[in-house]
Amino acid sequence: MGEFLHQVASGLALGGVYAIMALALVMIYQATQLINFAQGEMAMFSTYFAWKLMDSGWPYWGAFAVTIVASFIGGVLIERLVVRPFANAPVLASVIVFIGLAFIFNSLAGWLYGYSVTSFDSPFTGRPWFGAGYMSAHEAGSIVVTLCVLALVYAFFRFTPLGLAMRAAAQNPVSSRLVGIRVGWMLAIGWGLAAAIGSVAGMMAAPIVYLDPNMMGGVLLYAFAGAVLGGVDSPFGAVFGGIVVGVLGNLVGAYVVGDEVKLSVALAIIIAVLVWRPSGLFGRKLVARV
Amino acid sequence: MAEPGRALGVLVAIAVGVFALAFPFAASGYHLYQGAQVLILMIALIGLNLLTGFNGQISLGHGAFFAIGSYGAAILMVKAGLPFWAAIPLASVVCFIAGFLFGFPALRFGGLYLALATFALAVATPQILSYNGIDALTGGSQGLTIAKPAPPVWTGLNSDQWLYLVCLASAGALYWAARNLVRGRVGRALIAIRDQPIAAETMGINAALYKTTCFGVSALYAGVAGGLSAIAVGFVSPESFGLALSLAFLVGIVVGGLASLGGALFGALFIEFVPNIADQLTVSFGEGAKALPGAIYGVLLILVMAAMPTGVAGVAQAAARALMSSWRPSHEKGGVNVAANCQGKGEAP
Repeated sequence: MGEFLHQVASGLALGGVYAIMALALVMIYQATQLINFAQGEMAMFSTYFAWKLMDSGWPYWGAFAVTIVASFIGGVLIERLVVRPFANAPVLASVIVFIGLAFIFNSLAGWLYGYSVTSFDSPFTGRPWFGAGYMSAHEAGSIVVTLCVLALVYAFFRFTPLGLAMRAAAQNPVSSRLVGIRVGWMLAIGWGLAAAIGSVAGMMAAPIVYLDPNMMGGVLLYAFAGAVLGGVDSPFGAVFGGIVVGVLGNLVGAYVVGDEVKLSVALAIIIAVLVWRPSGLFGRKLVARV
Repeated sequence: MAEPGRALGVLVAIAVGVFALAFPFAASGYHLYQGAQVLILMIALIGLNLLTGFNGQISLGHGAFFAIGSYGAAILMVKAGLPFWAAIPLASVVCFIAGFLFGFPALRFGGLYLALATFALAVATPQILSYNGIDALTGGSQGLTIAKPAPPVWTGLNSDQWLYLVCLASAGALYWAARNLVRGRVGRALIAIRDQPIAAETMGINAALYKTTCFGVSALYAGVAGGLSAIAVGFVSPESFGLALSLAFLVGIVVGGLASLGGALFGALFIEFVPNIADQLTVSFGEGAKALPGAIYGVLLILVMAAMPTGVAGVAQAAARALMSSWRPSHEKGGVNVAANCQGKGEAP
C-alpha cells in the first residue's frame, strides 16, 4: 500500500508538470488551432537559461522570476518573427516550422551549454510540507507550484481585461478586431504566456529528469497525451488530463508494463483517445462548415 | 516540345543513372557504403513523400516503419535463416500491414492529430524495441548482428559493390513504381484528397480506402529501406530508430521538395552528408560542431517553408524552365514567354 501511495504521489507531482505543459499547448491551440511541437524544446532552453543564471550566482527565486520574464519575451519574439509569416499557411507548413524551431532550440542549447547531463537544483529541500514519506520535498513543492500557476492563469483569464481580450480574440477574431482588440498582439502575448508557463514546467521537471538538451522529449509526449485526453481546446481538460496521465503513467509503468516502456503508455493513451473520443473528455466536438 | 524543361530533365535523369551505375566500379569501401545509404534514404523519402507530399497526411513517425522493416528483416535472417532477398520483401509486407492498420485510426485524426500520434509513435519506438518481453526475438537493447550477404560468385563483385547494386536496383524499381503511381489515376486521386477532400469524395473517390492504402504503401517503402539498411549496416539496435530518424526523413522531403519524387535524391544526399560533414568539423572545432546538423536542419526547414515550399526539386525545375525558354528563339513562343525572357535577361548570354 505504501508503495502504491508513493507511486500515486510522485505521479501527481509529475502530472502537475505535464499539466502545466499541456496548459501551454492549449493556450496556443485555442488561439491558432495549432499544436506547438517546439514547446518542449522552448521550455528546455528556458530551463538552461535559469541554470546559467544560478550558475553565475543568482538565488533560485530570482533566477526563476527572470527566466519567466525572459521566456515571455522570447515567446512573443518567436511569434512575431517566425510564426507570424505562416499564419495562413497550411497545417503541414506550420508543423514543419515548429519542428524547425525545435531543432534550432535543441542545437542552440547543445552549442551553448553542451550535451552532458547536468543536475538542476530544487528550491525545496529538507522535509516536505505534506505527504512526507510518500514524496520528496521537490515533488511536494512542485505540486504547490503547479497549483499556483493554475490559479494565476485562471485569474488572469477570468478577471483581467487583457485576459478577456485574449479570450475574445481566440474565440472570434473578426468581431474582436471590430471592437478594437489588436488580435495579432493577442496571439503574440499568447505565445509569450505559453513560453513562460512552459518554462515553469521545465524548471519543475529538471530536478526529476535532469538537465540535458533532450530532457523534455518525454515530458512533451506526456503533455500531448494529457492535452488530448482532456480535450486540446479546454484548459481545464488539459490540466485534468495532464494529472491523470502522470498518475496513470506511473502506475502502469510500475505495475503493468515496467518502467522502461513508460513512453508507450502515452502513445497508447493518445491513440486510444483519438480513436474513441477525438475531442477528449472535456473538449468541444468539432463541427466544420463545408 | 510540349514542356521546355522536359528534355533537360531526361538528360539529368540519364546522367544520374549513368553515374549511379558507374559509381560502384570507381569508388570503394566507405564511399560505397555511403552511396548505399543515400539510396536507402531515398527509398524511405519517396515513401514518406507519397504520404505527406502527395496525400497530405503528416507523418512524424516514419522511423517506426523503417524500424519494423529493419527488425523484421533482421529477425527473419538471423532467427529464421532466410536469405535477404526473401527476408526484406516479407518484412516490407509486414510494414504494409502495419501502415495500413495505423492508417485506420489516422483517418479520424485529421492533419494535426495525425502529426501528434505519429510523433508519439516515433518517441516510443526505441523503448518498444528494447522491451524485455520480446528480447528473445529482438535482442533487447543489445540489438541483432546480421552477416552481410555474400555476392553470387558468377558476378565477380565484392560484397560492398553487391550491396550497393542491390540498393540501386531496389531504389530504381521503387522510384519507377512511385512515378507510375502518382502520374496515373491513383496519383490524381491522392492529390485531390490532399487539396480538396470534400470535392474529391463528391467525385466518387473512396478517400478512406485511398488514405489507408497510401499509408500502407508509404510504410512499405520505409520497410524496404529499413530492411536494406539492416543488411548494409549489418546491425540493428533500438537507439538508431528514435525521433531523430523520423525527423530527418521529414527534413529530407522538405529540403528535396514536397510532392516531388526526384527531390528524394537531393533530400537523401542532404540528410546523409550534413551530419557526416558536421562530424568531420567536430574534429577541428570541438564539441560545438555537434549542434551543427540540428541548427542547419532547423533553419532550413523554416527557410524552405518561407521562401521555396517546393524544395530543391521545385527550384531546379523552375531554373531549368527559365533556362530552356531563354535559349529558344522568341518567335517560336507565344506572347506569354516574352515576360519570361525579360526576367531571364540577366543571365542570358
